[in-house]
Amino acid sequence: MKILVCISKTPDTTSKIAFVNGNTKFDEAGVQWIINPYDEWYALVRAIELKEKDASIVLHLVTVGGADCDPIIRKALALGGDEAIRVNADNADSFYIASQIAEIAKQGGYDLVLTGKETIDYNGSAIGAMVAELLDAPYISLATKFDLAGNTATVAREIEGGEEIAEVQLPLVVSCQKGVAEQRIPNMRGIMAARTKPLKVAEPAAVDALTSIVSYELPPPKAGVKLVSPDNVAELVRLLHEEAKAI
Amino acid sequence: MVLVFIDQTEGHIKKSSFEVLTYGAKLAAQLGTTAEGLLLGTVNDELPALGKYGIKKVHQVSSDTLNHLDAQVFAKVIAEAVTSTGADTVVFSHNQTGKAVAPRVAARLKAGIVTGASALPDTANGFVVRKTVFSGKAFANVKIDSPIKIISLNPNSYHTAAGEGTAEVVALNIAVDAPKVKITAVNKVSGEVPLTEADIVVSGGRGLKGPENWNILLDLAKELHAATACSRPVADAHWRPHHEHVGQTGIQIAPNLYIAIGISGAIQHLAGVNRSKTIVVINKDPESPFFKAADYGIVGDAFEVVPKLTEEIRKMRAGG
Repeated sequence: MKILVCISKTPDTTSKIAFVNGNTKFDEAGVQWIINPYDEWYALVRAIELKEKDASIVLHLVTVGGADCDPIIRKALALGGDEAIRVNADNADSFYIASQIAEIAKQGGYDLVLTGKETIDYNGSAIGAMVAELLDAPYISLATKFDLAGNTATVAREIEGGEEIAEVQLPLVVSCQKGVAEQRIPNMRGIMAARTKPLKVAEPAAVDALTSIVSYELPPPKAGVKLVSPDNVAELVRLLHEEAKAI
Repeated sequence: MVLVFIDQTEGHIKKSSFEVLTYGAKLAAQLGTTAEGLLLGTVNDELPALGKYGIKKVHQVSSDTLNHLDAQVFAKVIAEAVTSTGADTVVFSHNQTGKAVAPRVAARLKAGIVTGASALPDTANGFVVRKTVFSGKAFANVKIDSPIKIISLNPNSYHTAAGEGTAEVVALNIAVDAPKVKITAVNKVSGEVPLTEADIVVSGGRGLKGPENWNILLDLAKELHAATACSRPVADAHWRPHHEHVGQTGIQIAPNLYIAIGISGAIQHLAGVNRSKTIVVINKDPESPFFKAADYGIVGDAFEVVPKLTEEIRKMRAGG
């Protein structure tokens, strides 16, 4: 059994969001980089749990990016996994990234590909679905539970107002979110072990991106909060009804 | 032609589909073409009536297999429908189904996609779609360079507008593969408004001090026909179920009205709710960062303010 987990580098959740170069580039000054939380807390930790139950599982990580991603992928390896592959390319667009991951997945013959449900910077929610299509494999998105018995995966996925339980045979691609696993902190042994785990660099496949970011914008600033006295709750109801037309 | 994917569940068309139909019709008018709908599976709703959102035709692939989502099966059928109808623009809702299917269709057709769109594209200079990024803290304008263009629209970001009109229903004959995803159970939270579909959401945080105090919030939610939500510490402490957790790592929502009670408004919480149209914050700490993101606020004790708010809304409703 071979599992591939997709890892992305994202700004920390508390980062100040600003743009430079005429609003065409994210301002990286002073930004702390982390493993995308959905990739780390859910996809990666769940894969590690599966490997802890079945030591014969081979667990590889993949990321698409420059050498600046190496510290992030080492952090991921400190949590677990046997080796990592970095496709040495810029993040051109979702289709480009998914094509690179699909290429790695095809070459490596993985039975299961896990991703986070989205990255917290681009919020694309697209990579898992595209990788599945490029591999012609079934896809479960927004999984909240994931279990494996032999070649059969049992998953719960989010639907409007609830969840759906499904069974699927591997090979399979799954995007993971809260519920699949719990966040872990790497221990010293893991951090030491990660230093010597293989981090292979692969050259990208020739693929054309289909979209490009023209510019960024910040939302207009809020007008400022209108405070209402706690002794005059009726005024809040009036404002919500007449001004905001919200009730 | 603009083809709009009509999402359905349990025999009924979803509310988010009316938003994308309206959006698709507006986009078609902007491009000087027509909009048509694509429905997979069978529903009890009247399909010709969908013409009131501005679409001319509804293409239907009526196979019972398509009443349940298997993204692989759906993507193949939708891609074939795009090809056979000659559509050059395809619109989905960025809801659970759209997230599973739209990027697959894009990869299959080698079509550029913008997911999480928040406005109509700018077509004056190419085809540039605005989308939310950084969990609602910014927008990106993304240009699609491929001949076929795919957009998935954030739910609750475009107002449904209905006029007059009838759509012609056309049966599409497309082979449907046997699904590989076997659905064994569906667990819906009954009797509650689904959080991601709700117009109004009432949410509680640690300021409510314990699960036994949730009654005041539930009463308010009931009066407003609102869905209920909570902050991460509340879900982690098991005061409320995990499916109510909104925020960066929970569910992201964009209701018309979000009422936050006893929530301080950490940046991770705001990332889940900052696309709400109107935000009301009730918190006894005037320094709570949530007030900076709010439209209306009351600095006060939730245990006094919330029951009064419920009462005042009841009075307003009774008075018409």
